Amino acid sequence: MHNKELEIKAYNIRKNALTAVYSAASGHPGGSLSIADLMAVLYFDELNIDPADPDMEDRDRFVLSKGHCSPALYGTLAERGYFPIDDLKRFRQVDSNLQGHPEMKHISGVDMTTGSLGLGVSAACGMALSGKIYKKNYRVYAVLGDGEIEEGQVWEAAMYAAHYKLDNLCIFVDSNGLQIDGPTADVMNSDPIDKKYEAFGWHVIKIDGHNYDEIKAALAEAKTIKGKPTAVVMKTVKGKGVSYMENQVSWHGSAPNEEQYNQAIAELDAHIAQLGR
Amino acid sequence: MAKKATREAYGEALRDLADKYDFVVLDADLAAATKTGTFKKAHPERFFDTGIAEGNMMSVAAGIATTGKVVFASSFAMFAAGRAFEQIRNSVGYPHLNVKIGATHAGITVGEDGATHQCLEDVGLMRSIPGMVVLSPADSIESKACVEFAINHNGPVYLRFSRMAVEDVFDEATYKFELGKGNLLKDGKDVTIMSTGIMAGFALQTAELLKNQGINARVISMASIKPIDEDIIVKAAKETGAIVTVEDHSIIGGLGTAVAEVLAEKSPAVLRRIGTQDTFGRSGKPADLFKYFKMTPEDIQEACMDAIKNK
Ligand SMILES: Cc1ncc(C[n+]2csc(CCOP(=O)(O)OP(=O)(O)O)c2C)c(N)n1
Ligand SMILES: [Mg+2]
Repeated sequence: MHNKELEIKAYNIRKNALTAVYSAASGHPGGSLSIADLMAVLYFDELNIDPADPDMEDRDRFVLSKGHCSPALYGTLAERGYFPIDDLKRFRQVDSNLQGHPEMKHISGVDMTTGSLGLGVSAACGMALSGKIYKKNYRVYAVLGDGEIEEGQVWEAAMYAAHYKLDNLCIFVDSNGLQIDGPTADVMNSDPIDKKYEAFGWHVIKIDGHNYDEIKAALAEAKTIKGKPTAVVMKTVKGKGVSYMENQVSWHGSAPNEEQYNQAIAELDAHIAQLGR
Repeated sequence: MAKKATREAYGEALRDLADKYDFVVLDADLAAATKTGTFKKAHPERFFDTGIAEGNMMSVAAGIATTGKVVFASSFAMFAAGRAFEQIRNSVGYPHLNVKIGATHAGITVGEDGATHQCLEDVGLMRSIPGMVVLSPADSIESKACVEFAINHNGPVYLRFSRMAVEDVFDEATYKFELGKGNLLKDGKDVTIMSTGIMAGFALQTAELLKNQGINARVISMASIKPIDEDIIVKAAKETGAIVTVEDHSIIGGLGTAVAEVLAEKSPAVLRRIGTQDTFGRSGKPADLFKYFKMTPEDIQEACMDAIKNK
């Protein structure tokens, strides 16, 4: 898909994510907005998936290891046709399938239950290993936060994936520089992320997570790498696309009020109109 | 009456007791939510974030405690008792170190975050560790008292706090915390409602509902789950013949189990347990979840009627 079309998808994903968080009056907008461009490329350009057959055996797998960004995942799945976009308005309600964090048993298109940080990437390793054991061609993708990688388990998984030469695994670390209690550099510095993964034996690619050519090139490059997993460290802006949310730690896990929501949608619509021209 | 979450009271107690006692506070990137941020703001030099690394935090806390210092380590109950269970068991519990675990966001009252964040097993996990004191305060007044008790107690303490704001049930002027003692909130002879944590309010509301039916319920709040007040349980069994436990936790491993153990060995009586019934939580507003999991005052009332009928 052309970059411009993908970018429009990404802005729609952002709108969907914010609609979900606004409707629930709870949820995590910041880290959802920072991965929207990646989600658009993965789900509209890259993944071998079929919304009509969500459990297709040889589909590519996607694990949102930073599960609190479920609004981005649900917003993407709805945009891709896994379930009605209107369902997002019931996000986090007691009678809805759309749980606060991704849940694989009842939500079409969700490959792994996540929400407790650090666990998802290990599950992605398991999916990749199984692909190797059973000689399947599917690839496995996972997205981690730059705060999430403070969990020790993330580095157990890093050692594991390199040891078992999981070249069918490609992870993205969303380096938006913020976690809950402040900038990652102040709370618990996880940098340099690239050098850590290199030292663990991974192929590392550094990109701008809002640049479509770079996202596409990284995905293509990862497929050519044999004998080791790939980590794409992508620099992003937390809250990307909504002026008052960008780089603000306070928008990690709080919902916009009506006025803020309307302003956000107006800004995102303006971006879409600009691109449509 | 104004409502306050017990986690708020926890943060305020840490802040207010900082001048009187020497202790440090650790958190794993949730200070804004656990309310240790309240302490951090007032005493930044005594606050240390460990990042999102709960296992590391618990063993670091143990290390600090070996030097003779009192240390609080906080996260959500799920990631404190759950993620770091074995670190707590082996680094803190086994050497019986002075680590105070301030676990917030316990139970289904976490609400919208859903099952991954709603810890319904922590009391069971912590209760099973030898030497661990397990406290689940009912309101802001009791929470503050529990924090001060924990500082003065020699050994590990697990403090269970909640996200949802509740009304106080105790009077600050008269309340005194005593380890291993339940608190009689209302006397009665027909049935005993025994709650822990923030479920005390529902227990009292249920007693009102029962009064309209001509039933005189006793209400007891059990902040101290371990050690547990065996005397108050046995007395309730003998005098009222029926007990209904109420907790924002699984009925497996929590207060209901602890009370069942005492009844079975000391003084059998009819028991009904309100809590989650061997199931995971789910997303929703706390009020909707109470209905969904059958934990409302009306549900407790029904359990009381059933218990009375089966005496
Ligand atoms: C094991 C665990 N500990 C704590 C949390 C609470 N939590 C949710 S999001 C978050 C911060 C995540 O920061 P980061 O990974 O950088 O995510 P992003 O900035 O992309 O939103 C924390 C501590 C959790 N979900 N899981
Ligand atoms: Mg981040």
